[in-house]
Amino acid sequence: MIRAALRSLLGRKVRLLMSTFAIVLGVAFVAGTLMFSDMLNRSFTALFDATVGDVVVEPEVAQTADGFLSTNTVPAEVVDRLAELPGAARADGQVEADGVFVVGTDGKLVGGFGPPGLGGSWNDAPAAGGLQGLAILEGEKPYGGDEVVLDEQTAEKAGYELGDRVQITTGGERSTVDPVLVGIAGFPEGGSLSGATLALFDTRTAQQLFLDGEDAYTEVWVTARDGVSQTDLADQAEQVLPDGLVAVTGEQAADDAASDLLEAVGFLTTFLLIFAGIALVVGSFLIVNTFSILVAQRSRELALLRALGASRGQVVRSVLLEALILGALGATLGLGLGVLLARGIASVVGRFGLDLGSQSLVLAPRTVLAAYAVGIVVTVVAAYFPARRTGRIAPVQALRDDVALPETSLRRRFVLGLGLVVPGALAMVAGLGTVVDVPRGGWVLGAGVLAVLLGVSAASPVLGRPLLDLSRATLSRVFGFVGLLAGQNALRNPRRTTATASALMIGLTLACTMAIIGDSAKASVDRAIEESFVGDFVVSSLFGAPFSPQVAEQMAAVPGVERVVRERFGAGLLDGDQVALAATDRGEIGSLELVLDEGRASLRSGSVLVQESWADERGVGVGDELDLQVPTGAVTWQVAGIFEDNPVVFAPVLVSVEDLLAAGFQDRDNALIVFGAPGVAASTLQGRLDTVVDDLPAVTVKDQAAFAEEQREPIDNLVLTIFALLGLALVIAVLGIVNTLALSVIERTREIGLLRAIGLSRSQLRRMITLESVVISLLGAVLGVVLGVVFGVVLMRALRDEGLEVISVPVVQLVVFLALAVVVGVLAAVLPARRAARLDVLTAIATD
Amino acid sequence: MSHTAPPAPEHADEPAAARVRHLTKTYGEGPATVRALDDVSLDIAAGRFTAIMGPSGSGKSTLMHCCAALDRPDSGSVHIGEEDITRLRDKALTRLRRDSIGFVFQSFNLVPTLDARENIVLPLAIAGRRPDPDWFDHVIDTVSLRDRLGHRPNELSGGQQQRVAVARALVSRPRIVFADEPTGNLDSRSGAEILELLRQSADDGQTIVMVTHDPVAAAYTDRVVFLADGRVVDELHHPTRETVLEALAGSA
Repeated sequence: MIRAALRSLLGRKVRLLMSTFAIVLGVAFVAGTLMFSDMLNRSFTALFDATVGDVVVEPEVAQTADGFLSTNTVPAEVVDRLAELPGAARADGQVEADGVFVVGTDGKLVGGFGPPGLGGSWNDAPAAGGLQGLAILEGEKPYGGDEVVLDEQTAEKAGYELGDRVQITTGGERSTVDPVLVGIAGFPEGGSLSGATLALFDTRTAQQLFLDGEDAYTEVWVTARDGVSQTDLADQAEQVLPDGLVAVTGEQAADDAASDLLEAVGFLTTFLLIFAGIALVVGSFLIVNTFSILVAQRSRELALLRALGASRGQVVRSVLLEALILGALGATLGLGLGVLLARGIASVVGRFGLDLGSQSLVLAPRTVLAAYAVGIVVTVVAAYFPARRTGRIAPVQALRDDVALPETSLRRRFVLGLGLVVPGALAMVAGLGTVVDVPRGGWVLGAGVLAVLLGVSAASPVLGRPLLDLSRATLSRVFGFVGLLAGQNALRNPRRTTATASALMIGLTLACTMAIIGDSAKASVDRAIEESFVGDFVVSSLFGAPFSPQVAEQMAAVPGVERVVRERFGAGLLDGDQVALAATDRGEIGSLELVLDEGRASLRSGSVLVQESWADERGVGVGDELDLQVPTGAVTWQVAGIFEDNPVVFAPVLVSVEDLLAAGFQDRDNALIVFGAPGVAASTLQGRLDTVVDDLPAVTVKDQAAFAEEQREPIDNLVLTIFALLGLALVIAVLGIVNTLALSVIERTREIGLLRAIGLSRSQLRRMITLESVVISLLGAVLGVVLGVVFGVVLMRALRDEGLEVISVPVVQLVVFLALAVVVGVLAAVLPARRAARLDVLTAIATD
Repeated sequence: MSHTAPPAPEHADEPAAARVRHLTKTYGEGPATVRALDDVSLDIAAGRFTAIMGPSGSGKSTLMHCCAALDRPDSGSVHIGEEDITRLRDKALTRLRRDSIGFVFQSFNLVPTLDARENIVLPLAIAGRRPDPDWFDHVIDTVSLRDRLGHRPNELSGGQQQRVAVARALVSRPRIVFADEPTGNLDSRSGAEILELLRQSADDGQTIVMVTHDPVAAAYTDRVVFLADGRVVDELHHPTRETVLEALAGSA
C-alpha cells in the first residue's frame, strides 16, 4: 500500500505541490516569525550592553513617559566624586538630548517613524563589561564648537562625507547648527542605536547646545576596576550620590532599554502569527478540496485495491500517508522560505529603526518542531475528511463505469455549519464585551471569528445555492448557452465550488472588516477634529519632537497673527502608571474651546483639567488630588474640571505651561495653535508662517485639512499593511481556484471532447471555464463582503465607547473588492482554460 | 422495411455528401509503424445510410474520424460538399463540425449537467441559433422522447440516452451524421430501436455513416464498405445479415 501511495503522489506532483503552496506559506510565516524573535532574544542584551557603562548614574526621573528627556542633570562635581570610588577605574559624564535631527543632503530629515534623533557629547568611556562601545571608525573625535561626529548609518543615509558641513536641528535656543563632519562613529564590537540618529559634539559644545551652557551631564558612566562587580560598584556609588540621582548596573540599564523594544516587537510577532494562522486556515481548505477531487478521480482505482483485498483501513491510510508526505514536504519548503522571511522581517524592521546588524539566524529545535508539526498536522487533518470517504467505496464499484463517492448530506453540512456559527457568534460577543477588561478577550474574539468563518463555509453549499442559481440565470441570459454551461458546472458540485470560494471568502471577510474599521476610525478622527479644531493653523514637529520657544515668539510677531497658543508635553507617574501630560498657556485655556462636563476651565497653579474618558477609566472626579511623580519629585495637582475628549489636546491631563516648567521639564514647545487676525487670507498667513520655520525642516504649519490628514496617516499605514498581508490570503485563494478548475478540466475531459466535437470553439470553451471561475470567485467575494460588513459593523458598535463614534462603510472600496474578485476569477482561469482548449478532441473523447 | 427505393437526397445538387481521395494515415514510427489508412478513396452518397465494417485495426474508426474532421490524415483529401476539410484550420473545422456534421458515439457522451432537451439543442445553442420548432418536434417524435425532455442523463436508460444523442445529431440537419458503434453499449432491443431510428432518418433524406462490426446492424444500411489493413477490400449494396457475414468471411 505504501508503494501505491508513493506512486500516486509522484504521478501528480505538480498538482499536489500547488496545493502545498498554502501550507508552505503558513509554515513559512510560523517559522519565520519564530526565527526572527529568537534572533532578537539572543542578541538583545548583547546589543544594548555596548550602549551602557558598568554603572550608569542618572537623575531618578531621567526620562518622561514619551522618552523626552527632563531638565534634571548630574552636576559636574558628582563625576569627580564617582571617579574616586574605590571600585571605580574611571567615571565619564555624558550629555544626551533628543529632538536633534540631522538634515540630509536632500534637505529631508534622516530618521524613521519613532526612533529618536539624539545629540550628545563624545567620549571614549568603555561600555559595560569592558566592551569597546561606541568608537570612531573613520576620521577623528570632535573638538570645539564647529565639529561633529555622526553614526555610520546616519551619515550614510544623509549622504555626508568627512569634511562636509552637516545641517543639524537641535531643538534648543540655536535651532540649527552646521558643523563640519570630522568623524564617523560605530560599534566595532556589536551594538545598536535601535534606529536612532546620533550627532556627537565635544562635551563643552554639547552642554552649550543641549543644557543651555550648564556644566552638568545627563548621565555618568562609571567603569569598574578589575574584579569589582557591577552591583558592588553601584552600591558604592549610591553612598556618594545626592538625592534625586540613582546608580543602576549596566545589566539593569541594558535590560530596561531592551524591554521597551521587545514589547514593540512582541506586537509584531503576534501580528505575524495571526497571519500565519489565516494562511493555514485558508490553506487547509485548499488541501481538503484537492484531496476530495483526487480521491474522487481515483475512486475506481481505490475500489480496485479494495477488490484485490485491501482493507478499508488500508485504503484510508494510503491516502493519509500521501497527506503526511505532502505535509512534511510543505513544512520543509516552508522552513526554507521562513529563513528568507525572517531575514526580510529583520530588514524591514531595520528600515523602521531597529537595526539588528549582522546577527545570524537562530534555527532553534523548537522552530523546526513547530514547522513540521504545523505543516503535517494541518495537511493530515485536512486530508482526513476526504480520506475517510474512500473507506466507504465498495469493491464492486471497480467494475462499474461511473463511480460516485458517498458524500455527507447537504443538510448535515448545514446543521454542522450552524453548530459552528452560533457558538462562534456568542464567543465574538463575549470577546468584544471583555476585550477591554480581560487579557484573553482577544483570543475569545479570534476563536469566535474563526468558528463563524468555518461554520459559514461549512454551510455555504446551502447558503451559496441561491447565489449560484442566480449566477446561472444571469450567465445564460448574458452569455447564452456557454454561460448556462458555466453556471451548470459551478452548480455541479456545490461542495467543491463553495469550498474553493471559501478561501477567498475568508480573505475578503477580513479585508472588509479592516476596511470598515479603518474607514470608521478615519471618519471618527475627521469628525473629532472638525468639532474641536480651533484657530487657523497648527504648528507641530515630526514625531511630536520639541522645538525652541523662540518659534512661538517669532510667530506671534508675524503680521496678521492675532495670537499664538503654546502646547507642550510631559509625563509623570501616577500610582506607578505613566500618564502623559499636556500643557498650555494659563491665560489661553479659553482659546482651546474645551467642552467642560464638570468643574471649571481653570489652570490656576496646581490645578489640572482631565479628559473625560481617562477620568472615567481611573475613577477621577472634580476636586480629586493627583499625586504625580515628575522630574523634580512628587507634586500634587487638583482636578479643576473634566473636559470632553479632544484631539487637539494630545494627553489626558492638561496643566499650565508654568506648572510643567516647575515640574522640571525642558522649556520647549511641542505644538502651537495660531489664530489669524480677521481679514487676513489663510494662504498669505501660511506663507509667512512657513518662512518662520524655514530652517526647521522638522516643524510644519498645517491648516485643519492638513492636520486631519496627518492624524489619519497612521491609520492608513496600518490598514495598508494589513491589506498587504491579506493579499497573501488572496494569492492562496487564487491558487485554490486554479487547482479546482484544473482538476475539473481533467475530470471532464470527455465532456470537453464531446463539446468540441459537436462544434464548441476553443474561445467558447475558454469563455465557459473563465465564467465558471468568475462565478466561484464572485461567490466567495459576495459571502466575504457580506460577512465582512457584518463583522465590521458589529465590531465598530462594540468599540463605540472607545471613541470610535462614526461607523463608516467604504462602499467604493467594497465595490473594488468585488471587481477585484472578477479579475481574480479571470486570472485563475487562464491556465486551466488554456489547458482545456489544447485538449485533442479525439483523445479527449476517448478518455475514460 | 423496404430498402429498395433510395429517397431523394436532401443536397440534391451534389453527387456525393462526402468524397474521400487517396487518404493515408500512419501511427507510430520505425518498426512500430501502423498504416491505419492506405490510399483509401471512397464516395459517400447523399441521403444514404452507409456502413463501414472491418475487423479491429482495419482502419474503420480512423477513416470515420478523418471524414468527421476529428483527425487529420497524413495525405489525401476529404471533401464535404465543395470544401476540402483536410485544409481547414481549427476555427473552420469547429464550425464545420458544428453546422455540417452530427455525431453519435458508442458511449452516448451526453453533458450530465444538462437535461435531455438542452442536450438535444446543444449544437444549435453553441452556434447561437434557435431550433426550427417544426423540425424539433419532428425529431422528438421520431426518437419518442417527448415525455423525457426534462430529465437529466442519469435519469435515463441507456437506450433513452442514445436516442437523445441521435436527436442531438439530427436536430441541426447536418450534411452527414457519423455514428461510431452506436449500439455497442446497448442491449439488443434498445440497439434495434436505434438502428430503426437511423434507418428512418436516412429514409427522410439524412446522410448517415456508421462504423460497426455487427452484421445485424450493417443489415439496416443501404451499402456496406469493408476495410482491412487500411484498404477498401469489398463493397456490398442492399446488404442482409447473411450477405454481410459471407462478405466478411470472404475478406478475412
